[in-house]
Amino acid sequence: MSEKPVDKTKIRSAKKMRDLMTTYYLDALSAQQNNKQVAWITSGGPVEPLVAMDIIPVYPENHGAMIGSAKMGEDLCGKAEDMGYSSDLCSYARTDIACSVVKGGPIGGLPKPDMLICCNNICGTVLKWYEVQARFYNVPLFILDTPVCHTGYSPEIAEYVRTQVDEYIVFLENMTKRKLDHDKMTQVGKLSFEAQHLWQKVLNTTAHKPSPMSAFDAFFFLALIVTLRGTRTVVDFYKELIAEMEQRITEGISVVPNEKYRLLWDNLPVWYQLKWLSSKFSQHNACLVADTYTSAWCGAIKYIDENNFLDSIGQAYTRIYLNIGVDQMAQEVLDMIRFYDVNGLVMHSNRSCKPYSFGQMDIMNIVRKKTGIPVLMIEADMVDPRSFSQSQVENRIDAFMEIIKQREK
Amino acid sequence: MIYAGIDIGSITAKAALIKDDHLLDTIVIPTGYHHLNAGIRVFDTLLQQAGLDRQDISAVVSTGYGRASIDFADKAMTEILCHGAGAHFLHPGIRGIIDVGGQDSKAVLLDDQGRVENFAMNDKCAAGTGRFLEVMARALEVELDQMGKVGLQADNPSKISSICTVFAESEVISMIARQEKRENIIAGIHDAAAARVAILAAKIRIRGPIMMTGGVAKNSGMAAALEERLKMPLVIGSLSQETGAIGAAVLASGLQL
Repeated sequence: MSEKPVDKTKIRSAKKMRDLMTTYYLDALSAQQNNKQVAWITSGGPVEPLVAMDIIPVYPENHGAMIGSAKMGEDLCGKAEDMGYSSDLCSYARTDIACSVVKGGPIGGLPKPDMLICCNNICGTVLKWYEVQARFYNVPLFILDTPVCHTGYSPEIAEYVRTQVDEYIVFLENMTKRKLDHDKMTQVGKLSFEAQHLWQKVLNTTAHKPSPMSAFDAFFFLALIVTLRGTRTVVDFYKELIAEMEQRITEGISVVPNEKYRLLWDNLPVWYQLKWLSSKFSQHNACLVADTYTSAWCGAIKYIDENNFLDSIGQAYTRIYLNIGVDQMAQEVLDMIRFYDVNGLVMHSNRSCKPYSFGQMDIMNIVRKKTGIPVLMIEADMVDPRSFSQSQVENRIDAFMEIIKQREK
Repeated sequence: MIYAGIDIGSITAKAALIKDDHLLDTIVIPTGYHHLNAGIRVFDTLLQQAGLDRQDISAVVSTGYGRASIDFADKAMTEILCHGAGAHFLHPGIRGIIDVGGQDSKAVLLDDQGRVENFAMNDKCAAGTGRFLEVMARALEVELDQMGKVGLQADNPSKISSICTVFAESEVISMIARQEKRENIIAGIHDAAAARVAILAAKIRIRGPIMMTGGVAKNSGMAAALEERLKMPLVIGSLSQETGAIGAAVLASGLQL
């Protein structure tokens, strides 16, 4: 009797990850019945105090990614435009605002928030977006303002942000009518720190040739470090994921069957075209081994002091990839090009994400000058498919791969 | 050995034959609705014109937007690589290409071997493409192939501020209503389109000498506006429209079948 063939290229941990996310969303959706509070928070916001205070964090941006992947972005973006929002507004903001009103999307909308936490380290759009939602749900909004660090972290910035971290804690204490348990805060901080380390380790496994996973997998496994950092769940899961990746490396299992070319991706994913893009690159024997996006959730770990968490998160949350100067962003891209040993850089000029797409032209020129590797720029949007032209993107990818093949001959 | 290149563009289909590193013959026909039929027609007509048979051809490379439809080609390659190879074949010193076709425009940077170093293409927008000029020619009741000549007679070029084809058309219509001179409006249109293309050239930091290829190279007014914008003369040969097909034939000769 022959056994059913197992697809070895499939990553087994994906199923568990899906289950964990389902549990997380079920917990969040049933929070009210369980007398738990829900806070909506921006993807780059300091979530650890929420976890320490037993408040369930919910991420409109992660929800936006789900909407994009479920190909529900066009409809919801259109609904927001019908409400009067500009089509130039970020598609995460548009879909979130529309979803709140129509209760649409893949999970019928997010649970109603008890409070909103907005950190502008990722963009300026979140300020107005969260103000709109604070009015809609009639709940308090806390804004953590992190100045852009073009060059360094000055004592003035440090003091300014540190003061706000204290105000943040007071805000949460008022909201929950409980005092922060500092021992628990320390414990959550350590778990967050460990999770970020492990996430970096997951991403590092793709430096191996051939790569055991791709950026497309990272886009998927990212959801845990975004939504649940500070919990034991993330730490345990990433340990298993690392073990699986190491096993794949030992057994020589690669995600792209004949990996010949290695590429680096810049900017958010094109959520509704992941499958097509992944197979398009695979056809050319190319693997997107790394990206600047998923590494943002462990990029500032060097600033965290796990034994002095609240004192150090000001700096860690201010000096993230999107909140530093273009020269520094270019340096991080150059470091990744070297570490992952890639043959080319693919930049997604994302109509929605202005801070991410601004400066790409300069980064492109710096990369070309310092490394000489080909750089491709494709225009799209992370959630709104109306800003994506498949035949144009296909033509560019084909031409880009032809150039790489010609160079590597 | 004879090699063929077939370039199926959005408006015209082109084919070229090369033999022992010499250009044998070329042809241009309208594409029409069916890409594969256009490919068969352009290939067979060219063979007939050259007194050859399909068996005489060692390899075929297809390119252009319809490249994937040409099922009898040995390989399909993008027009970016083909324009590079074609320009290098026609003029080995060329380092930059401005290709303005019906559906898109692009700027390509070549190394001294004719290999593509970098390229930039227009975004999801028709401004700065052949289509843009077609729409404008219709609004102004000028034959497309006369546009260049008419535009060069302008004494005071109009200023088109809209970057979108649809808005630019209504801007042009209001200029017509104001009875601005047709020559001046056309010169303004050429400059507006050239400005869009020049941005692509700047993106890749284009180097000279630059060859202009694609159907729009036949428009002398547009070429002059581009030279003005790029502050550099453009090399425009009589085979500008066929450059992609010629390059495809060159690349066919390099295929290892």
